[in-house]
Amino acid sequence: MPLNFEELAGGSGEWLKGSGPESDIVISSRIRLARNLAEFPFIARATAADRAEIEKILHARIAASNDSKKFPGELMYVDVSQLPEIDRAFLVERQLISRELSESEGARAVAIDGREQYSVMINEEDHLRIQVMHSGLDLDSAWEQIDTLDDLIEEQVTYAYNEKLGYLTACPTNVGTGIRVSVMLHLPALVITRQIDKVFRSLQKINLAVRGLYGEGSQAMGDFYQVSNQITLGLSEQELIKKVADVVPVLIDYERQAREFLVRESQETLHDRVSRAYGILRNAQTISSEETLHLLSSVRMGVNLGLIGDVAIPTVNKLFVHTQPAHLQKLAGMELDSSDRNIERATYLRRHLGGDSDKAEHN
Amino acid sequence: MKCQKCDKQATFHITDLVDGEPNELHLCEDCAQAFLAPPSSSDADEMMPAMAGLLAQQLAVGETAEELARLDKQVCPVCGISFREFRKQGRLGCPYDYTCFSEELEPLLLNIHDETRHVGKVPKGFGANAEQQTQLIRLRREMKEAVAREDYEQASKLRDEIREIEESRQLPPTEQPPTDL
Ligand SMILES: [Zn+2]
Ligand SMILES: [Zn+2]
Repeated sequence: MPLNFEELAGGSGEWLKGSGPESDIVISSRIRLARNLAEFPFIARATAADRAEIEKILHARIAASNDSKKFPGELMYVDVSQLPEIDRAFLVERQLISRELSESEGARAVAIDGREQYSVMINEEDHLRIQVMHSGLDLDSAWEQIDTLDDLIEEQVTYAYNEKLGYLTACPTNVGTGIRVSVMLHLPALVITRQIDKVFRSLQKINLAVRGLYGEGSQAMGDFYQVSNQITLGLSEQELIKKVADVVPVLIDYERQAREFLVRESQETLHDRVSRAYGILRNAQTISSEETLHLLSSVRMGVNLGLIGDVAIPTVNKLFVHTQPAHLQKLAGMELDSSDRNIERATYLRRHLGGDSDKAEHN
Repeated sequence: MKCQKCDKQATFHITDLVDGEPNELHLCEDCAQAFLAPPSSSDADEMMPAMAGLLAQQLAVGETAEELARLDKQVCPVCGISFREFRKQGRLGCPYDYTCFSEELEPLLLNIHDETRHVGKVPKGFGANAEQQTQLIRLRREMKEAVAREDYEQASKLRDEIREIEESRQLPPTEQPPTDL
């Protein structure tokens, strides 16, 4: 089944649904596994012929997994090497492929399901990168799903593996389990109260990595932070998942406390900040991606605190992604330069936040 | 002093805390900026290789010049990558590198993971022949080289060896018959 980009552009993936446990603060939970075929060099040393052969073998394994009764979804296969740049940028914004896969060369592909839970990248940094993403805090079902698909793909191939070091990966930072467990959180109150650095440092001490999410260029994106395991060797998949899962409720609690503090100590300032952000987004005639992300972050917190009543969280979540450059252009159906994009973005925001006379559409 | 990430002059001397331990970094302006505010890294996955590269470069710090020169010249017999190339790019060439560079990689693995032994999932088909399969990389490379120098006798010998391993690729039977494939 081919992937319909126009249909994909209009909708939004599972992880943007804004449902699932703790979804006011936890945006998404994600697990990825890095795997390589034993009989080929890693990507850095692979010839074009090797890459083509790897792609062929794994393509066949994905097709076979689709046919298996054990696999519930249906993966659509996309030959990334044949995609125009705008479509690749679109998939990056949607978090369905990495920048590395988008920008590299040679045979490479991704398989995605209609709900955008699965993304299986071929010939990225490793031969195979399997990823499962869920809305809210839900690592356990993500693990179950990814474990099953990993087994299915492996049925007819030999993964690079040795008893001592586990799954062998192109980069020693991934060796062992090859797992990266990430939870994306929205932490605006910790940013406003300037506690975010303290939180970062305490997480680093327990071997967890925290990173801001970046949008276009190097601008930090709307107070979103991703917490993930730093190590992959010497602990089991379940232990690594637990390490991340255990810290998330603590972060949620800190963020809630910071929000309560803001409501209690500076209700007017907070309400003003949220209302101004909402006002600008509903009325601007031209707006940059950076400003949009910044303001949407305040609006998102405002909705969760009941300060804004007439927008739903899934709408706000969707706007974060749909106002990014490639999405805007796909939705407009044409290529736009930076200044035209800013106008288009403002129009899109007014339309979806009810700033224009035509009624806001919530999804 | 030269920048640890490129060959420019290091003008930034950063003390980074890794697990509460101070860790000295000497970087040029560009690399320091990238380190402090990583550009367009939309997620953790994309940051990790950069970190490994940094760590791989730090390997150099503890070694004497001669020792490092000796290490750098080591070459993987399977894929042909030198240890120096790995140190430069932070990515390995093939699965066998973990075996042939095991001594050199051990301090790096300890630095990254605090551990050197896997305890997680085991592939179902494993035991099969992962390490033998990896030798295919060497055999195919050697065959290509034999063909290039018109040593057809050697090339056909290698081709037979390759076939043999490829035919033994069949994984041990799993419990369920693959009726759903
Ligand atoms: Zn530099
Ligand atoms: Zn090698």
